[in-house]
Amino acid sequence: MNKIKFATAWLGGCSGCHMSFLDLDEKLIDLADKIELVYSPIADVKEFPEGVDVTLVEGAVANLDNLKLAQEIRARSRLVVSFGDCAVTGNVPSLRNKLGIDDLLTAVYHEGPGRHPTGGDEVMPKLLPKVLPLHQVVKVDAFLPGCPPDADRIWAAVSALLAGEPVVLEPEMRTFG
Amino acid sequence: MSVVTLTIDDELVSAQEGDTLLAVLRERGIDIPTLCHLDGLSERGGCRLCMVEMVGAGRLQAACATQVQEGMVVRTHSERLIKYRKMILELLFAERNHVCAVCVMNGNCELQWEAAKIGMDHVRYEYLNPDLSMDVSHERYGLDHNRCILCMRCVRVCDEIEGAHVWDAMGRGVNSRVIIDLNQPWGTSQSCTSCGKCVQVCPTGALFNKGATVAEMEKQHNFLRWILDGRERNVWSYSNGK
Repeated sequence: MNKIKFATAWLGGCSGCHMSFLDLDEKLIDLADKIELVYSPIADVKEFPEGVDVTLVEGAVANLDNLKLAQEIRARSRLVVSFGDCAVTGNVPSLRNKLGIDDLLTAVYHEGPGRHPTGGDEVMPKLLPKVLPLHQVVKVDAFLPGCPPDADRIWAAVSALLAGEPVVLEPEMRTFG
Repeated sequence: MSVVTLTIDDELVSAQEGDTLLAVLRERGIDIPTLCHLDGLSERGGCRLCMVEMVGAGRLQAACATQVQEGMVVRTHSERLIKYRKMILELLFAERNHVCAVCVMNGNCELQWEAAKIGMDHVRYEYLNPDLSMDVSHERYGLDHNRCILCMRCVRVCDEIEGAHVWDAMGRGVNSRVIIDLNQPWGTSQSCTSCGKCVQVCPTGALFNKGATVAEMEKQHNFLRWILDGRERNVWSYSNGK
C-alpha cells in the first residue's frame, strides 16, 4: 500500500499545536507506519512538495510569507485542515487587528529599544493589514479547533482523515480555546 | 389554571396555560440553546437562539417569549432552525473579540459551549475586530466589552433581584454597549452595591472577578433560585444542600 503523503505547516502561530501533535506519543509510531511526512517544521524540507494528500496548517495568515505558503499548500494538497484556533479563528495573532500596521510597528519596534527592522525586505515579510483565519484565504476542508487542540482531538481528526472519512468531532472536542 | 394541549415535534403535549414554550420544552428534556434566558430573570427574547417554527405563524418565534396556546404546532430542531442558530452564534463571534484562548471564562463559557454543541467549528463571516475598552475601575470586578454579547442578564438581575438598577444599555446595533449608571466608570458608581450578581449571571467573560486569569472564572447561578424561593415560596432551607 502506498503511504499517505502527509504534511504539517506553521504559519502565524506559537507552534503549540505542533507541540500538541508530538503529544500523540506512541500513536506517532502507528502514524509513521501509515504516512510519509513530506513537509513539516519538524522535518527539514525547504519546498512544499506536489501531490500531498493531507496537510495540517497551524497558525493564522499574518504576513505575505504566510499567504504565499497557504496558497502553495492549497494548490498542492488534496485536503487542507485548519489545525488549531489560530488557523480556525485568527485567535491571539488577530488581537492586533484593531491597530493599523503602522501604529503596530511604531509601538513595538520604532519606539522600542534597539534598531528596528524596516519590513517589506527579504528579511522580514510584509505584514497583512489584518491577520486572517486560513479559510478566509484558501478553501479549507476540515477544522480542528483548540488552543492547542489536545492529542485526543488531533488523533480523532487524523485517524478520520487517514481512513478517508469526514472529520466529525464530538462537541467536547470542538470547543475553541 | 387550565391545561392546554399542543404538538411539539410531532408529539402531543399538555402544559399549563401561561407557561412559556421554553419552560415546556425544558421540562420535556428538549435541549434548545439559549443565551439571554436565565431561570429567575424576566424574559428578553434578545439572543434569538431559542427560535422555533410554529405552523400558521409566518415567522419564527422565540420560545422564551412565547406562551403556550391550545393547538399550537411547534418544531424545535428543523434544518432551517439549526442553520439560523449557527448563523447567530457565528455573528456573535464575528462581532466582538471573543478570543477563547485568553479569556477568563475559557472552559466555562456559555457562548463557547453553545457554539461547540451546535457544531460551529469556524466562523464564515468577516471578523469586525472592534477596538473596545475594558473597565477595571471597580475594586472587585471588571467589565470587558470585548466579550459582551448584550444578553442583558446583568441589567435584569441588577434591576429585578438586587433592586439597584446600576446597569443599562446604550447605542444601537453594533454600537450597543452595556453601561453603568449614566455611562461612567464602574468604580465611580454610587448606586452599585458591589453584590456581584451581575458577574455571576454573565454567560461569558464580559464580567469577571478581578485577579482571575485565563480559564479561572466559573459562575454560580444557584443564588437566584435561593433568593426567589425565599421571596416567592418562603423556602429558606435546603436539605443536603440542594
